[in-house]
Amino acid sequence: MKKDIILAGVGGQGILTIATIIGTAALKRGMHLKQAEVHGMSQRGGDVQSHLRLSDEAIWSDLISFGGADMILSVEPMEALRYLPYLNAEGWIITNAVPFNNIANYPDVEDIYSEIKSIPNHVLFEADTIAKEIKASRSMNIVVLGAAIKHLGFTQAEIEDAIRAIFARKGEAIVEANIRALQAGIAIGN
Amino acid sequence: MDALMLLGDEALAQGALDAGISGFYAYPGTPSTEIMEYVQRSKQAEGIHRTWSSNEKTAMESAIGMSFAGKRTMAMMKHVGLNVAADPFMNSAFTGANGGLLVAVADDPSMHSSQNEQDSRFYGKFAMIPILEPSNQQECYDMAFYGFELSEKYKVPVLIRLTTRLSHSRAGVVRRAPISQNGLKTPDDLFQFMLLPAIARKKYQHLIELQNDFVCESAKSPFNSFQFEAKDLSKGIICTGLAYNYLNEVFQGKEIPYPVVKICQYPLPNEQIHELYNKCDSLLILEEGMPLVEEQLKGLAFTGMKPIHGRLDGTLTRDGELNPNKVAKALGLPDTYGKPIPAVVTGRPPMLCVGCPHSDSYLALNEALTEYGRGHVFSDIGCYTLGFMPPYNAINSCVDMGASITMAKGAADSGHFPAIAVIGDSTFAHSGLTGLLDCIFDKSNVVIVILDNSTTGMTGGQDYTAFGKLEDICAGLGVEKEHIRVFVPFKKNFPEMVQIYKEEIAYNGVSVIIPRRECVQTLKRKHKMEG
Ligand SMILES: Cc1ncc(C[n+]2csc(CCOP(=O)(O)OP(=O)(O)O)c2C)c(N)n1
Ligand code: SF4
Repeated sequence: MKKDIILAGVGGQGILTIATIIGTAALKRGMHLKQAEVHGMSQRGGDVQSHLRLSDEAIWSDLISFGGADMILSVEPMEALRYLPYLNAEGWIITNAVPFNNIANYPDVEDIYSEIKSIPNHVLFEADTIAKEIKASRSMNIVVLGAAIKHLGFTQAEIEDAIRAIFARKGEAIVEANIRALQAGIAIGN
Repeated sequence: MDALMLLGDEALAQGALDAGISGFYAYPGTPSTEIMEYVQRSKQAEGIHRTWSSNEKTAMESAIGMSFAGKRTMAMMKHVGLNVAADPFMNSAFTGANGGLLVAVADDPSMHSSQNEQDSRFYGKFAMIPILEPSNQQECYDMAFYGFELSEKYKVPVLIRLTTRLSHSRAGVVRRAPISQNGLKTPDDLFQFMLLPAIARKKYQHLIELQNDFVCESAKSPFNSFQFEAKDLSKGIICTGLAYNYLNEVFQGKEIPYPVVKICQYPLPNEQIHELYNKCDSLLILEEGMPLVEEQLKGLAFTGMKPIHGRLDGTLTRDGELNPNKVAKALGLPDTYGKPIPAVVTGRPPMLCVGCPHSDSYLALNEALTEYGRGHVFSDIGCYTLGFMPPYNAINSCVDMGASITMAKGAADSGHFPAIAVIGDSTFAHSGLTGLLDCIFDKSNVVIVILDNSTTGMTGGQDYTAFGKLEDICAGLGVEKEHIRVFVPFKKNFPEMVQIYKEEIAYNGVSVIIPRRECVQTLKRKHKMEG
């Protein structure tokens, strides 16, 4: 198996947590992994992305090639589109539909939605709303991850194990909120 | 041992720890910061020097001192930090090392978080010392061991050059058994660190003599490789550092049809480079950063009998970091660029956090300056540089750490009024004190605003050496007590803040204003940890 994933969002929205969870599950399987992160200036409310590469074979580049990504996994709808040149023709966009509006000239969301819908393989849904409904409002990122795992080729059990391992030191309540978020996301993805 | 998932920065730190280092010296700077942050979190590093230095020059000098004492040590910085540390760095090539001395510099091609794009390999070449340029996280780790050995074998400092992509990318790293620290041992030759001209001339001769040895080391380096046998000799490829990965990515799974030389240790092994040149009809140079290798190969007397392609002739972009697609295009392979970015996507530049103290400081400063118009505020580098953006539009310069104070001074010397400097607290500790002393010496008519958010915000919230001492430092340097003014930058204090700015602008002499309120990000983190 080989998966090249672009994770996208705005600084502080939790995309590195998604990367860590997928990465933990991949390592458990004994896969190779490279993960390019964004640190520094752009974390101040700017756009951030991470290139996450998983493969059964050795991986060379830290960066995904243009046209090479199997998935854009985004916690913000406009940010999903910023990395379109990376997506391959059969690739999936899985994104939260709720905008993170911290700029004066944020475009009309309907225009953003119609661009996302023009990509044949897409999942566009209000992850923030779902997270609130299940009383896990800080786990919107995990809801988005849940919607993606089917296309990533991981089982629910594998991702749950990773979540338990990563959040264990934060206490059972946080682990459970994240598991609920994952399950709610999976229901959307199916 | 199991593989650890480490950033390139962290792999270098872990390598240095396992290779018996006794002290790390650094000032934060993207993309190098995570080296020290990793060491500060590491249990293994207890008892090893790992606190931040005031700036890169003091860090470099402290590392030279630790090397003098026979211990292994490393100074870490971002590329522009090496400009600040350039004096001790260049001279350390003359003094040489006693205990292993590594200088790790992280360059930022494409300027993700920097004010310029410079290539530290030029500094290594300038100083005539060996340079290591890892191409992956495992090499970052291994090069710590190798670098210390090389440094101690020839008694020279060794430069390790990282770039953003490797510094901030994670992959599996396999550790070796740790080795113990060196014991204390003063140099055998007590003249070694005495750069008086008569001694320095001998030192320079010695450094020149070592050059050939350094070339031989590069020729047999485990990090360089020379694949001369290939099907297609129309092109020979030289890759440096990360470029080697992009080349392999492009040919994924397939054999590369051309001869390939991988360079991760310098100076260039000239015999092997000649062999490649003689064998092939042309050369393609793939390097992350400026065209250092390409310029060296072309030289001034180059006749172009066989073409050498790279960044200088437009085969690759002259600026910016490499990626697999740039490399594919340079090889004449198809561009795989997917759908273009839709026009609705707008930029989302970084900005001050909601509730940032700098925001209130700037709004009040703008108000105090309305009667003078724009063009009076010299600023510096940090989160507060984002005060350039709307809605603030508050500052007019950002050049290098500390330049706010000295530029304001120069402008004031010319008669420009008012001349305001805005500098962060960590930046002030880094390079503000000496400029302030200049202002006091000349009784310059400047207002210096030291934005005290009690942290080094831009790089993620590190502590800094002048914390809690700003008023004492300013008074000690000679600022009159009544012209050191402190306020808390909150909206509710707006009238008081404007009033203080106005009073100090009206004072003909050196004033220091300290808006003091903690960064909301570090505050949040503390609350999280407490509860
Ligand atoms: C010579 C040099 N070293 C390091 C840096 C990286 N750097 C840029 S801003 C900054 C921190 C500034 O902190 P501070 O002055 O306290 O301002 P804040 O970000 O907290 O507002 C650092 C370390 C740099 N640009 N140049
Ligand atoms: S990190 Fe701190 S100093 Fe920087 S913008 Fe945010 S609140 Fe302000």
